[in-house]
Amino acid sequence: MRNSDIGDPGALRASPQEEPRTDGLGRVLITVYLILALAATLRGIYQIIAKFDEAPVAYSLSLASGIVYVVATIALMRRTGVWRAIAWTALVFEFVGVLVVGTLSLVIPEWFAHDSVWSFFGMNYFWVPLVLPVLGMIWLRREGREAAESASHADANPRTTESLY
Amino acid sequence: MVLWFGIVQMIAGVLGALVSLWAFARKAGPNDYTLGAALLLGVLLLAQIVVSIVAPLTGNAPAGDPLEFWMYLITAAALPFGVGFWALIDRKRTANLVLLVMHLSVAIMVFRMLVIWG
Repeated sequence: MRNSDIGDPGALRASPQEEPRTDGLGRVLITVYLILALAATLRGIYQIIAKFDEAPVAYSLSLASGIVYVVATIALMRRTGVWRAIAWTALVFEFVGVLVVGTLSLVIPEWFAHDSVWSFFGMNYFWVPLVLPVLGMIWLRREGREAAESASHADANPRTTESLY
Repeated sequence: MVLWFGIVQMIAGVLGALVSLWAFARKAGPNDYTLGAALLLGVLLLAQIVVSIVAPLTGNAPAGDPLEFWMYLITAAALPFGVGFWALIDRKRTANLVLLVMHLSVAIMVFRMLVIWG
């Protein structure tokens, strides 16, 4: 899923796959993101087709959150150059979103207490949406640091990058 | 939906998750057992697609919204093949964890499908 079309074509990037633990967490994270992105986006589309009138605010947010998860999934898969910044933005947005919408679903239930990824802090998804952005940020930070530390190691599969680490 | 067949799919999902966890704990890559479990779950869901087309014709219509049901079913049926293929081309130990997540997700989705069907 990674291209080498972004950034400075001269730089080589150390492979995060050299650290199996990081790699493992990353793979699982990306899979969970992929499934959540599918679930949230399809649910949002369904809610807008079938019952938009019941809760326009909650269902618009539902679809918006789904799209953010799709963006986050793609950005985490690539995570070089500008994708790294996009990943950070998406993760922060998700974390703020789940906190704000989770709170609002308790405070203004008539607007927000409808099925969406973020209502009641992601209760419908076993609170995965609350934990996932935090894990994602921890992983991105650690992986970025490791990549910077082992930048002298050449990758078998040369890949370009920007100095966003 | 046929209740017992839905339960079979959920059991297959949970068992597949356990097999994947076992392979991960043994520090093995995805093997015939973990990939076979994913394939089994995928085939069961394909059978569920056929069942879901035929069941309404025999008087077993869904109580819930068919659109919502089918969105779940198509996604659930695509996951074992998509994720299984990823595990097949990138056969690291952690691919088993990826399969584990997929198995549990599909089991939950089948449960949701049973609820929607009513």
